[in-house]
Amino acid sequence: MTDASLPSTEVETSRRRRFFRAWPPAVLLALAWIAFIALVSIFADWLKPYDFMALDLRDRLAEPVFMGGTFRHLLGSDELGRDVLSRLIESVRMSLVIAFLSTLIAAAIGVSLGFLAAHFRGWVEQVILGAIDFMAAIPFLIIALAVLAFFGNTLTLFILLMGMHGWERIARITRGLAIAAKEQGYAAAASEIGASPFRVYGAHILPNIASTLIVAMTLNIPEVILLESGLSFLGLGVQPPLTSLGNMVGYGREYIQTAPWILLSPAVVIILTTLAVSVVGDWLRDRLDPTLR
Amino acid sequence: MSILRQSSGFLLQVALTFLGLLAVTFFIGRVVPIDPVLAVVGDQAPRDVYEQARRELGLDQPLWTQFAIYVQKVLVGDFGQSLVTNRPVVDDIARVFPATLELATFATIIGVALGVPMGIAGAVWQDRWPDQIVRVIGLVGYSVPIFWLGIVSLLVFYGMLGWVQGPGRLGVFFEDIVRPVTGVLLVDAALAGEWEVFRNAFGHVVLPSAVLGYFSVAYIARMTRSFMLEQLNQEYIVAARAKGMSEARVIWVHALRNVAVPLVTVIGLSYARLLEGAVLTETVFAWPGIGRYLTTALLAADMNAVLGATIVIGAVFIGVNLLSDLLYRLLDPRAT
Repeated sequence: MTDASLPSTEVETSRRRRFFRAWPPAVLLALAWIAFIALVSIFADWLKPYDFMALDLRDRLAEPVFMGGTFRHLLGSDELGRDVLSRLIESVRMSLVIAFLSTLIAAAIGVSLGFLAAHFRGWVEQVILGAIDFMAAIPFLIIALAVLAFFGNTLTLFILLMGMHGWERIARITRGLAIAAKEQGYAAAASEIGASPFRVYGAHILPNIASTLIVAMTLNIPEVILLESGLSFLGLGVQPPLTSLGNMVGYGREYIQTAPWILLSPAVVIILTTLAVSVVGDWLRDRLDPTLR
Repeated sequence: MSILRQSSGFLLQVALTFLGLLAVTFFIGRVVPIDPVLAVVGDQAPRDVYEQARRELGLDQPLWTQFAIYVQKVLVGDFGQSLVTNRPVVDDIARVFPATLELATFATIIGVALGVPMGIAGAVWQDRWPDQIVRVIGLVGYSVPIFWLGIVSLLVFYGMLGWVQGPGRLGVFFEDIVRPVTGVLLVDAALAGEWEVFRNAFGHVVLPSAVLGYFSVAYIARMTRSFMLEQLNQEYIVAARAKGMSEARVIWVHALRNVAVPLVTVIGLSYARLLEGAVLTETVFAWPGIGRYLTTALLAADMNAVLGATIVIGAVFIGVNLLSDLLYRLLDPRAT
């Protein structure tokens, strides 16, 4: 009624305002960035101008375009003449895959243990709660360093180890939500009509608590990215010839005076990515689950 | 009475967590594919020498006995010899640990001095520009890698501007002037009255502790803000305002007193986190603390030193974590 009587420009602005209230510009930018790097990592093989390991010894430490270099190497080249842009694309893919897989592992561990604690209660729950408290009370980075030092480093081990980060928070949330859900009608009804515990937890409770879990997983991703880049920076994460964002910063550090671009672009990507995921995570939390703060 | 019962429960928790930490390090040290006997006697050792060394190391015992021996040794501070420095690991750690303590303490001071007022400002002017600034600082603190911030700040403030001293803990010309008493250079220099050394040491500690402290500022400000918001909505605040109390008094005296209690826990947690973050910061700033000792040992495959440093950092981390938890329960009679 009122809309019809308004001039069309005002309808436009109010619609726009409503749109931006639901989707704040910062969140839109963050989502756009996440979509961008996700596409870059999916199509990495087509986007890379060069092989990320290809040496070009005649063109070492070439400057990037924005610092007066040529278009041969858009973001410059490193100390061995490897193209920084190609390495960056490869690194983005590596870092994202690690962050994503290890968060999935952490979620799998956390959800299983949380459900076990909620289902069996009693001593099982006490043991799991003890493990959760233990995880929260030890310095994970230091333990991870020791494990990597002793067991050597393969990508599989590294991802599994990163998957141990943050499961305790997911387990704690899952346990609380599952205990609450068990007292609600739908879960009791499902088990009354003979659904197995697996079915009750997997098909009924899990979908109902999924939104909170997704928020917790989203907030875990930037932490894993930072952890991975920190370990790779120390030389204990992703091993050459493979490369990751932290790895690039670590090796670029020695050329910071002469060739700062080696270190600059991966650092910017780390910062923008973690920032974007945190912004989206906070926003999702506010939208999906205002109790989780 | 309840305090007694609480503290005994607390001690049990500390003991269990510590035992868990030892189990993890023990496991790491035993499952490793390096034969610890060969590391002692060498590849060419004859059979009987090998067997004797194996017995001496207690490796012929069952795993449980080995673990008991291991726990016993750790409890008396025996982490074995460092392969690199050829000295007991515990002596090495005692030498480097004060440097880390100095760094983490400075960083915490920065974190509290800036983070608490910022958090309060964010709560008082909620959703206005001071709050936005605090929010941005917080977000940046959660997303910038600490090692990158370290490298860039070193380049800018030392390399370009020359405002601070470079990497390390003390300039070459100032080495060995003051006798180590506490191991904390600033305190030692002040005690000896060597103000030149003090100034130089201060110039070295400022940048790494500011970088490390930034992350604690972000964390403390975020938590202070949310605690403060919670308090400002309480009825006693409305009552105080209704009585005509000045806004400054309401915030800094009444609300802050209630915020202070949970804040103790947050500061404790951030201190523990700083010890962890110190591993990266110390590597960037060539700061001779336990984090750098650990990473150097890692790269040299000096296993005793790695496990020793892991246990010490872990123990301090657990201690600070749980101590701040206990302090919270003691300070707040409502907590159970």
